[in-house]
Amino acid sequence: MTEGPLAAAVAAGALATEATHRSLLQSIVDVARAIFNAKASSIFLYDEDTDELVFAAVSGEGSTSLPGMRLPSGTGIAGWVLASRQPLVVEDVTQDPRFARQLAADTGYIPKGVIAVPLLREDRALGVLEVLDRPPRPGQALAEIDLLSLFADQAAIALDLLQHARRAHAVVQGDDELAIIARLATAVLAADDEQRDAGLRLLRSVEELLGRGSAI
Amino acid sequence: MPNFDANTIGELLRALPAAPEPWVRRAQEIPRRAGSRRPFGRFLEAFSGPAAVLAHSAQAAEEEAEPIELPAWSLQAGDLDRIKLRAGWPERVDREWAWGDATGAGVRVCVLDSGIDAGHSLVGGIDGAVAALVGDDGEVRIEEDSEGDLCGHGTACAGIIRSLAPECSLTSVRILGSGYTGSGAAFLGGLRWALDQRFDLINMSLSTTKREFGAALHELADAAYFRRSLLVASAHNMPVESYPWRFASVISVGSHEDPNPFVFYYNPSPPVEFFARGVDVNVAWLEGAQMQCTGNSFATPHISGICALILSKHPDLRPFELKSLLYQLSNNIVSA
Repeated sequence: MTEGPLAAAVAAGALATEATHRSLLQSIVDVARAIFNAKASSIFLYDEDTDELVFAAVSGEGSTSLPGMRLPSGTGIAGWVLASRQPLVVEDVTQDPRFARQLAADTGYIPKGVIAVPLLREDRALGVLEVLDRPPRPGQALAEIDLLSLFADQAAIALDLLQHARRAHAVVQGDDELAIIARLATAVLAADDEQRDAGLRLLRSVEELLGRGSAI
Repeated sequence: MPNFDANTIGELLRALPAAPEPWVRRAQEIPRRAGSRRPFGRFLEAFSGPAAVLAHSAQAAEEEAEPIELPAWSLQAGDLDRIKLRAGWPERVDREWAWGDATGAGVRVCVLDSGIDAGHSLVGGIDGAVAALVGDDGEVRIEEDSEGDLCGHGTACAGIIRSLAPECSLTSVRILGSGYTGSGAAFLGGLRWALDQRFDLINMSLSTTKREFGAALHELADAAYFRRSLLVASAHNMPVESYPWRFASVISVGSHEDPNPFVFYYNPSPPVEFFARGVDVNVAWLEGAQMQCTGNSFATPHISGICALILSKHPDLRPFELKSLLYQLSNNIVSA
């Protein structure tokens, strides 16, 4: 185990929970939907392990049925955007025979107009942010892409944090021999003042025993 | 660099224990480039006489020899006549001179993307399709591709190029569509193959954000520039570092809202250098469908198509000349 995941584990324990990050993602799709006056907005998370797109947050149509649903990464508009890493606006996706059939079968809701932008963080494509069925605004397509791209940047940061939290959780819960350090740190941070002081004194003693700051 | 004839080269080669390996490799590559309009013949001619020691196939010998341009590292006084070049264009250029009556005939365009549905009515057939596949060992191999287009992106781009340059040759290099992981390596491998084939134009309506590939892509973009393969790449309108559109050796393209496919603008505030039609474009889609789409992915093939027209009429233009010509012909360039 490296310093990175351990630090992330401690930070995650101290600062946030997965539920907090999920709330942030939900807030982003809620705001995106409101600003575009759209019927729905959704964030797909790209799962590298399974090569799938997962509905991570949905606002409006499909908000109860879609979260957690998985699609092959090459599917539809979202897969197109993920692969090319380029934003895309389509005014009538029902012209796409595969898209209409699949969505109708899976969700019962067939959107017509879609704006989709990739969620890019450093050198990774984390997922896709979509806004579905907003009122037509002729001559505004490029401005709409620019606006949604700003939200996409925010969503990408939130997704990045969520993924860090999950990795940190895996470290803390894992059977790595150093996971005990992360669990100790989390336990100390969660303890009341008296227990925390005692715990920190104990840890300082261990640190001195092992040689503070020196190579062992 | 002095001009050597075949006999002089032969004398030199006889004095060597073996032909230098890079020369052998280059000679062996010539048959694969037979379809190119680029000159290679002087090199082949020099080594095809009785003194030649280089291996090349019978097919290569049958190909019409065209001169090759070897790198020159200095310019000696006696070489001045040799490097005299015809002026690229007259004092004043206009669109009629640039591509009037042009069809794209003779220009080889590569679409580096998700594949192409060759049977789509807006595509009108292609001249070849390969896929860059990443093996478990991380190595990229190039194979003939019969999958068509798995997500529709490449077909959309190909249809736009065809709409502007109806007689150009289109070839698909699929680097997307068979699983997203590893696409950076496929991107590099596919582009490297396309450069080896010496396409005149390579359309890339996509980019990678993987920094580990940035330096390699930069080298390939520069190699393309010197080999007269023009890379036309979609810009990102997002605050991310992505490649290859940011490189000066490629033409980067963003979108404007004018519906005229021949309207394009030079951007005096790069790195995005040109804006082309990218809003509400009618594009080819999967299963023979058509959709109206907006995005830089569609602006890019508009510039590729226009470049194909120009090159079919003026095949000797180098990438920097072509870019300068686009600048001169941009709709926002006004006379003094």
